[in-house]
Amino acid sequence: MITHDVIIVGSGLAGMRAALEVCKDLDVAILTKVYPSRSHSGAAQGGIAASLGNATEDSWETHMYDTVKGSDFLGDQDAIEIMVKDAPAIVREMEHFGCVFSRTENGLIAQRRFGGHTNPRACYAADRTGHVLLHTLHEQTMKQAKKIKVYSEYYMMSLIVDDGICRGIVVYNLQNGKLDVIQAKTVIFCTGGYGRAFKITSNAFASTGDGIMAVYHSGLPLQDLEFVQFHPSGLFGQGILVSEAARGEGGYLLNGKGERFMEKYAPEKMELAPRDIVSRSEQTEINEGRGIDGKDYVYIDLRHLGKEKILERLPQIRQLGIDFIGVDCIDEPLPIQPTAHYSMGGIPTDNDGHVLIDEKGTKVTGFFAAGECACVSVHGANRLGTNSLLEATVFGKRTGKAALRFTQDAKLFDVNEKEELKKSEEKIKSIFNSNGTESVFDIRNELKESMTINCGIFRSQEKLLKCLNKLDELSSRYKKGKISDKGLVFNSELMEFIELGNMLDFSKIIAQGALRREESRGGHARTDFAKRDDDIWLNHTLALKKGNEIEFKSKPVTITKHQPEERKY
Amino acid sequence: MSETTFKIQRFSPEKDKEPYFQEFKLEISKGATLLDCLNLIKWTQDGSLSYRMSCRSAICGSCGVKVNGHAMLACKTQAIDVVRKNKVILQPQGNFKILKDLVVDLTEFWQKVEAVKPWLMADEKTTPEIERKQSIDEFHKIDRASTCIMCANCYSDCCSTDVDESFLGPAALAKAQRFVEDSRDIEKLSRIKELSKDAGIWDCTHCAECSQRCPTDAKPLEKIVSLRTAALNNGVLNNNGARHAKAFVKSIKSSGILNENYLPVASVGFANLPGLLGLIPVGIRMFLRGKNPPLIHHAIKELDDVKRIFKKIGKK
Repeated sequence: MITHDVIIVGSGLAGMRAALEVCKDLDVAILTKVYPSRSHSGAAQGGIAASLGNATEDSWETHMYDTVKGSDFLGDQDAIEIMVKDAPAIVREMEHFGCVFSRTENGLIAQRRFGGHTNPRACYAADRTGHVLLHTLHEQTMKQAKKIKVYSEYYMMSLIVDDGICRGIVVYNLQNGKLDVIQAKTVIFCTGGYGRAFKITSNAFASTGDGIMAVYHSGLPLQDLEFVQFHPSGLFGQGILVSEAARGEGGYLLNGKGERFMEKYAPEKMELAPRDIVSRSEQTEINEGRGIDGKDYVYIDLRHLGKEKILERLPQIRQLGIDFIGVDCIDEPLPIQPTAHYSMGGIPTDNDGHVLIDEKGTKVTGFFAAGECACVSVHGANRLGTNSLLEATVFGKRTGKAALRFTQDAKLFDVNEKEELKKSEEKIKSIFNSNGTESVFDIRNELKESMTINCGIFRSQEKLLKCLNKLDELSSRYKKGKISDKGLVFNSELMEFIELGNMLDFSKIIAQGALRREESRGGHARTDFAKRDDDIWLNHTLALKKGNEIEFKSKPVTITKHQPEERKY
Repeated sequence: MSETTFKIQRFSPEKDKEPYFQEFKLEISKGATLLDCLNLIKWTQDGSLSYRMSCRSAICGSCGVKVNGHAMLACKTQAIDVVRKNKVILQPQGNFKILKDLVVDLTEFWQKVEAVKPWLMADEKTTPEIERKQSIDEFHKIDRASTCIMCANCYSDCCSTDVDESFLGPAALAKAQRFVEDSRDIEKLSRIKELSKDAGIWDCTHCAECSQRCPTDAKPLEKIVSLRTAALNNGVLNNNGARHAKAFVKSIKSSGILNENYLPVASVGFANLPGLLGLIPVGIRMFLRGKNPPLIHHAIKELDDVKRIFKKIGKK
């Protein structure tokens, strides 16, 4: 059995930022199923929010109000206040770590406009902000190589929680197929989101919700999973991200008639309304036959920005357009469609990343979570662009600090190593020995198809019931899934098989949560309950595993400064 | 549309002694990337085919493979663009031990990146209450190298790494350039000294494979050249590479042609007795094979033209 004081699962911004705190005094390891620099934080493009005021005057108060309103009032305001107040310091700290930010004429960190933000507060590095932040933290992690051990290409099989105490994890070495138990005083999950269950998505292949499902299967609750963000600009066909910075820099959205259709939906903010609203507007245009040539996409037009600005500010998305669909946005508009992008829901935590067992705020001993996999909740029902990199760094750091304090006085709790290994061994053995005939590829495609059509941007009771039926069918077919590689070395087929199981499971929680929530709020839009209903639904959803069923509970939203009001842009 | 043959190198250490090729047939649909094709082959024909992938948008750097002999990102490459005579040949990246199929062991690659101390060493006295200023020009000096996604395609096709496994390699050196040129870094000189040692900046042969294979703006060769220039400008001259560069220029300037007797001696240094003795066996072997340069070096006839060129460059 391997032991560490602290084991962090996931090596994105949150995970590495947490590690830098914890390593000050403790033996810490990071586990990742890829390599640290390949984490999905790196795919974030447009910026990280902070009220630095480098472009125009700004304040944390405005940032807070924008975030609360953006969240459709489901965000917990105490957590949001912490995040926006910490934002300037965390961005400057990243600058001090060596992050390569674009600069203003005066040499300050450059800032641009973003959807739902009153002021230009997205600090950026061209259109690869996540990439430079991720690599900066990777550099700092390498600097601490003696203190931070990195387990790359290890898959986390399960979380060991007994009697409300977290004791460690079971891991599978992808390079040699060896299972191990890692016992730790503290486990921190920074495992990212669950966007891969949708057909059109900006998410990496790795974003399969392994972390949240390990939590769920260990008997702990998940929060607000029904809130999935659809980003308005996925490159047509695959859903690859075209940064909101394209609109922040002044890009227009055009329908098939050549109209800037956002006039109808958000006359004041236009293209820079929050993502949930812009995506629904696009989908409405498409559904009503006003896509380009009546098809299922619209245009983002950047031509009026000019070549120079595009090359300086948006070089990556220009290249993506050229490489993936053969369109150069300097000369032609880019075809785009809404794409599943961000998971607002996740593992419920307090403001220090401590994972919670129930709606009353009882903590799990020795278990923390931060970043996209966590639900603090700062994004509520809809996240504003640039707040995800911010959340990952702010709460990565806070969680690291809290975990350091906690672990200094903590001890290792007993783990039944044999028992835990046996469970994972049997899981793998049963997959290998099933002699199944069902194609995993087909099951995954059908899952994504059904989630996109029936549990996507517009939902209804009818659609969701259809989706749940389909999920049941797919789950039973999954049990007879076929696998051809039974080897130990880099068996990516096995990993994909296990990941699909997670995707099927969390999709059910999303769909059932969406069916239960009879209102429309932020990223969750019901055509049969088109209005927000604060009397009944101004609360978080908790989902718990009870045998084969999901038990739902409600958890109050923390409201401090801003009472819910009508959300207009 | 007709089917394309994907000739893919396979190797499973659990079953195979040697890598071998297996052919798969697939119809390339419009707009399909190479990664889309690999996925379709894996998901519909042979689940045991292994390769790395993650973001599928050319930012994570996982899916570097050799396509028709050259390293590329599978996700960024339109499959149809690399079909040659109805065939695409896929192999693992070069200069690495193969783990399985198209998956290689990246241990050395990461060790070399770590070896250049790829983190900012700044004045500790500055407090992060306000950001340190950097001009737009200073940003541009480090911006390009910072686009590196660590896909290792440059390392895969690097011909210096091929013959000298101790060579730091293009990715690590490009990463180093980003700190040497960073206006916030205070260890510029010590970094340059370290990078000028054996296996560093002077061991690159300028073949430019790295920059050609680089899927981003990082273009390692340019960064290596920039590091060499920084070394010469900062007086880090006490090494074979810098001496070689200086002797090269001196030889051309004075005679218009390389003095190949003088060059190796000047490169190791006239006071470097072990280094000079080390040249003797090479010299003897060259002599025995009739490959030694003429003992008496003559300048070319057009030396005046060469001198005029030097004069012009000197003015710039």
